[in-house]
Parts: sequence; structure tokens; C-alpha cells
Amino acid sequence: MTDNSIAIPPAQSQLGAVWNQFRVHRGAVFGLIVLGILVTFVVFGPFLWPEEKLKVSEAMKVKNQGPSLMFPLGTDQLGRDMLTRMMAAGKVSLAVGFVAMIIAIFVGTTVGVMAGYFKRLDGPLMRLTDLFLSLPLIPLLLVMVMLFRDKIASIMGPELGAFTLIVFAIGITSWMQAARIVRGEVLALKEREYVLAARSIGAPSRRIILRHILPNVVSPVMVAATLGVAEAIITESVLSFLGLGFPPDFPTWGRLLFDGLQYMQLYPERVIWPGLAISLTVLSVNYIGDGLRDALDPRIRGR
Amino acid sequence: MKLNSALLGAACAFAIAPAAFAERGTDGEVKLTFPQAVSIMNPYLSSGTKDIYAASMVIEPLAGFDDSGNLIPKLVSEIPTVENGGISEDLTSITWKLIPGLLWSDGSPVTSADVVFTGQYCMDPAGGCAQLSKFEGVASIEAVDETSIKVTFTGPKPNPYTAFVGATAPILQKAQFEACIGAAAPTCTDQNSMPVGTGAFKVTGFTVNDTVSMEANSNYRDPAKPAFATAVIKGGGDAEGSARAVMETGEFDYAWNTQIPPDSQAAMAAAGKGQFVVAFGTLVERLEMNMTNPSADLPEGERSTAMHPHPFLTDINVRTALSMAIDRDILREVGYGAGGKPTCNIVPAPAAYASDNTACLTQDIEGAKALLEASGWTDTDGDGIRDKDGAKLSILYQSTVNPIRQDFQALIKDWWSEIGVETELKAIDPGVFFGGDAGSPDTFQKFYADVEMYANNFDGTDPEAYLTQYKCDKAPSPENQWQGENMNRFCDPAYDAMVTELSSTRDPAKRAEMAKALNDMVTKDTRIVIPLVHRGTLSAHSNALGGVMINAWDTEMWNVADWFRVK
Repeated sequence: MTDNSIAIPPAQSQLGAVWNQFRVHRGAVFGLIVLGILVTFVVFGPFLWPEEKLKVSEAMKVKNQGPSLMFPLGTDQLGRDMLTRMMAAGKVSLAVGFVAMIIAIFVGTTVGVMAGYFKRLDGPLMRLTDLFLSLPLIPLLLVMVMLFRDKIASIMGPELGAFTLIVFAIGITSWMQAARIVRGEVLALKEREYVLAARSIGAPSRRIILRHILPNVVSPVMVAATLGVAEAIITESVLSFLGLGFPPDFPTWGRLLFDGLQYMQLYPERVIWPGLAISLTVLSVNYIGDGLRDALDPRIRGR
Repeated sequence: MKLNSALLGAACAFAIAPAAFAERGTDGEVKLTFPQAVSIMNPYLSSGTKDIYAASMVIEPLAGFDDSGNLIPKLVSEIPTVENGGISEDLTSITWKLIPGLLWSDGSPVTSADVVFTGQYCMDPAGGCAQLSKFEGVASIEAVDETSIKVTFTGPKPNPYTAFVGATAPILQKAQFEACIGAAAPTCTDQNSMPVGTGAFKVTGFTVNDTVSMEANSNYRDPAKPAFATAVIKGGGDAEGSARAVMETGEFDYAWNTQIPPDSQAAMAAAGKGQFVVAFGTLVERLEMNMTNPSADLPEGERSTAMHPHPFLTDINVRTALSMAIDRDILREVGYGAGGKPTCNIVPAPAAYASDNTACLTQDIEGAKALLEASGWTDTDGDGIRDKDGAKLSILYQSTVNPIRQDFQALIKDWWSEIGVETELKAIDPGVFFGGDAGSPDTFQKFYADVEMYANNFDGTDPEAYLTQYKCDKAPSPENQWQGENMNRFCDPAYDAMVTELSSTRDPAKRAEMAKALNDMVTKDTRIVIPLVHRGTLSAHSNALGGVMINAWDTEMWNVADWFRVK
């Protein structure tokens, strides 16, 4: 009568388990979809909606127009198609956000793990982190851009040069939080039994770090990373605003937002579109981060 | 034409009529709003335009400027000249004669002692006077008698109308300010916020950085003026907000400095409650052409110096084509609306000094192409960019970070690409660009670019000092730590000779003629400078306020005594 057999779930790969847990988080799935749409919009949009280059005299006749079939998002004060500009701007903003975040997380995690795991490196590395934390960010960026812009631009061209410099500058100045968080986690983890066990059987440090420690610090790193994307997009806007980012004819979402500011009352859509795009990106990345943290944490997974 | 002017005359007569018959204090209150709040009513302790304008309703100079830049007497019976004996033959002294019977707002007589005191007040070495430049070259100021003041200069002065002329150099009452001279000046809070004056109004209440309340001066020299019984200046907010308070809500009668985008101007003007007025001074937005090579391949210290001429901007045909490709009226429309007008001159005003140079106002893309073609600039390698002898028409075009300038850059880049010129844009923080730091590569003096855009103007009504800027020896270079105003590194001995001649010429008609010739030499003859837009200061006044005559040469409140309520 009684069935004592318990249904054992089929063996599952780790990736599959993570995905199953991720799927449960509704916000994260929603975020992933929105981010997917935004990325598709900026990457494939220009193929579906090729830019039509108007002469100035023609463009001036269609300036400040509202949405229409010809200009789905309207035109700006110089008669440029807002949809084209939004797509071009998004490509830059998203690329800056993600690449800068990857640099920051890579540097931050490396420094954090080294400082936490190797006692001898702890002092110097953490003082270095403090040093970077105490540096005023904007003046530092200004000096970097001013010193290296022309040199990099002469090697890589003005646009790619600006991109490399900005991404590098933002990345190199925003890794400190991640490093501190990771160090704290590593300090706690390295005294755990399984790490001690691994060490007692003679596993080399490299193996212990990669196999036992890193997977367990993924969740705080993810949270720091998602916040980093948002911050990088906004820092880029600040740099453009100060004239130290991309050349002025090179649109980014932050620049479109600043340009639209003075027309806010008459043409609110000028600030709504780029503002919405930035907010959606930041929000969806945050939700994805939230879902990933839950999915990657073995203590939460399966509950 | 005749009918029009007749109608205009009739309209003017009607407009002036109510003022002419008005009595003092019959029109209630006039309300002004300044986007920047007034912090002091003493122009000698502040260089802020807001403070100078507010104070000009209360304290007055001996003479001022009218709306076309002519000198007008205020506290004196006539303007001293060499002809009437007011200025000495050798131009070293000027004698002013006060209007007899002139009274301060507290009822005491205005005497030459007050004027002499004002001079001492500003020139006191311990005082730190903000308007000291007005008294430059003054050797002594003495009272000849009760109403005559003689100002003696250290040498001959072709323009002696500096001390006590204009809203930045008004007369203070000796009795009130006697204890405030020198280091004590800033500590006299009561005196500095409620000065006794001769103007149409007197201060009744003053809140720092907020409000100034005034009432009609019962001792004003014209018994019928001012028409308003009280006046209030409310400060704070921003240009957009103050424009709206006049043009849309009608809370205020006059708003100073309402620089807002042309689209917003049009929308506000459509509300029909007020109008924008523009004071056109001498500010001109222009493109400066670099005559030297700014290439980054040259060693530091040789870049952008006379050692290396520019590879293609030294060709006048290229500069002319660049100018022809620009439609200045579109720039004006996009950037300034009613607050600007297209111009081909670097000296656009006053009228006597403005050249009749208008040829550049019509855009001619085809003409520009033909000109380049004819002078050998053709696209030999098929990349859409013209070249000749290995030099490509590829321009680095820099300016400051400013939404209007970035719009201008985008438009000009498009026009230039239509004639086969490639443009790379660069926007620099204004603090760095105008900062003059010899260590920075991004200053407008270093000019490490082919073309740069900014605005420049001159003080007062005489362009001599301004035109001197384009002399050979004014070129910035490493030898003078990159100081100098000749950004283009333009050098023409004929120009230099004429500037020298101008500085020793006294006849106004001749001076004007030479100023025009000099203006033409750097604009239409050589296209070293490509002027774009003549910019004005935009203010707004309600349709219910009459008598406003906007003035770029003196305070905008220069004729506040004539303002009246339209009924």
C-alpha cells in the first residue's frame, strides 16, 4: 500500500541546475528578455533600418518632427533621425558598460583573491586598493584622457582610440569595491573544512583557488558586476558631458540625454528615449544579477 | 516706404504719448526678475552684471551710453569735447560740469566733492575696487568749483570718457560713504546695500541674494518721472524660469538675460503676453583658421608655430570655399533664434564701425566646389576627400563643450563634407580651452587643430584694442609662453602698419574708416577669420511695460525713468 520509494531526480549538470534555478526568478527572466531586446536593437537594428544621409538643407526641413512612418522616433533639432541615433548610441553605451565592467571585475577579483588567500600580499594589495579608493575619480580620468587621448587616437583612430581609453579608464578606476568584497569572502572561505581538506591532500594553491574558492565568491562578484555596468554607462555620460569622452558627433545614450535636456519641455521624447534605454539596461542587468546570485549560490539553489 | 515710415512715426507718437503726459508715481509697481540674484548695490565692490544693472536704477554716472552707443549726459549739462573746451587741446584733461541744483535722494545737494570722493574711493590702494580699469591713467581728480570737476590723465588720452562714464562708474554720496574708504569698504553693509543716489528710484528694502525693493526718488531731476511709484527686483532661478515668468505667467514685467533655445523662444512668444528684446553688442561667434601646421608629427615647440606653414589652409581658395559652404542663417536659427544675426564682420557694431560686408551671407555650395576644383583641389584617389600634392583636405575642428556649439559643429561638418572636405570634431571643456594654461595642449592659444570656433567681443564702443589682436607680434608661441590673441598666427605688415596708424588717429570719421578696412582685411579679403553669428543678450519684457529700449553699451535699465505702464 505504501510506496516508500522516493523519486530521485535524474542527474543534472551544474549548468542545467543553475538555469533551472534562474528560470524560477521571474524578474531575472524578464531582465534577460529586455536586455536581449536592447542588444538585438542596437546590433541588428542598423541592418533593418539603414541610415539615410540627408543633406543639411534637406535635414533642416524635417527638424524637430514628432514620430512618423519616416522617422519612428521623430527627429532632433538638426533633423537627424532619432531612431538611427539611438541605435548607434546604444551600441557604444552597451559596449562601454560591459567591457568596462569585465575589466573592473577581472582586476577586482584577482586583487581580492590574491589579497585574501596569500597573507603576505594582503597588506600591500589592500593598501593599493585604499590608495585607488582615495583618488578622486573624475580628476584622475581627466588627467588620463588628457595625457593619452592624442597618442592613442593617432594609433587607433579617434573613435576606437576614445573607446579603448574610456573603457580602460573606467575599468581601472572602479575595481576597488569588488576587490574588497572578494577579499572578505576569501578570508572566510579559506578556513572552511573543504579548503583545509584540499590543502591537506597537497592540492596546489592555483587548484584550490580555481576549484574551491572562486565558485563560492561568484555571487557577490555578480552583484558588484551588475552595479558596475550601470555605473560605467553613467560615468561615460559624465565624461562626454565634460568633453573628454567620444568626439561630439559620436552619439552615446548619455550624450543624447544631455543634448535633449534643454529641449525637455517642448520635445520630452528627446530625453525619454535615451533615459528609458539607460534605465532599462541598468534595471534589467540588476535583475539578471539578482537571479544569477540566487542560481549560483548552492545554499539557495534547490530550495 | 513712405507710408510705412509715416505709420511707424504715428505708432511711435502713440507709444510715447502716455509717458509724456504721465506724472511721477502714477503707474503702480514695476517688477523685474534676474536669473542671478542681486547681492550688493555697489558696482565698485562687484563685477557681476546683475549687481551693476540693479545699482544703475539708484546711482548714476556723469554720463552714459544710449542704445546706439552714443554718449549721453546724465548728471552733467553737456558732454565735454575739445570743441566746447571741456577737453584740453593736448588731450590730457577733461572737465565735467554738473547740472546746477542737482539733489541726492535724501535732499542734500550733489557737489563736485562727491565726484572727487568717488574717484578716491575706487582708486584707494587698500580698497580692491572692481572697476579700477575705469580709472586707468588718471593722474588726479580735482574740484575746480562747486559744480566742476577736472580729471587729469598721466598722458594724452584719445578716449577720456572712462572715469565716471557708464553704469560701472557711478557717483557715490560722500556723506554716506566717507567712513567706508579703503579696507573698510566691504564692511559697510548698510551703505553698500542702500546707497543714496540720484537715479529714478531709491532703495527701501534689500535682502541679500533675493530681493531689492525700491520707490520713486522724490528728488529726481525730472519732476514727471519715473512713472512707477515702486519697483522690485526679484532674483534667483534660471533663464528659462524668468523668461516664463514674463512671457507666459505674466508675474513679472521685465526679465534680464533669458538665453534659451530658439524653439522655446518661439513657444513662449506665441503666448502673446510679452516679447523678447535683444541687445546686440559686439560678440561674434567665429571660426579661426590656423595658418601654421598643428600636426602631431612635429616636435613639441614647433607644432602650430610660424616655423611650419599649414599644408592647405594657407591657400586662400580653400579658406574661401570653407566660408562659402556655410549657411549662416541656418546656424543662427538653430543656435540663437532672435538672439543672433548672421554676420561677415568681426566688428559688427557700433554702426559707425561696422563694414558693409555682406557677401558671405549667401551659401554657395556649387561655387565652393568649383573654386576648389579650379584651384587644383580634386579627389584623385576616389575616397570622397579632395587632395592636391599629397595634402588632403582633412580638418580637425575644435570648440568648447556647449550644446549650441556642438550643433554648429555637426552642421558645418556636413556642409564641408558636401564640398569634399573631411572634418574631425573635438569638444573641449571651456575651463581648459579658455584657461590659458601653457602646459595644456587643449587651449585656444595653442591651437593644436586646423580650425577652432569661439566667440569674442570688445569692451565699450571702440574696437582699436580688439583689432590690435591680429598683429604679427600677438601670435602665441613657445617664446611668449603661448600668450597672445592672434590665434591664427596671421601676419601682414600692411595690417600692422594700419593698426599703428589707427592708434594715433583722433578724427572719429577717419578712425571708423580704418577700423572697417582692418575688419575687411582679416575677413573678406583673406578669410583668416570666418565670422558666423553676431550674438546678442536676450531679455524679455511684458507687453504691459512700455518705454523699454534695450541697450548693449550700458545698463539695460539706462532709461528706467522713462518706463511706463501700457494701459
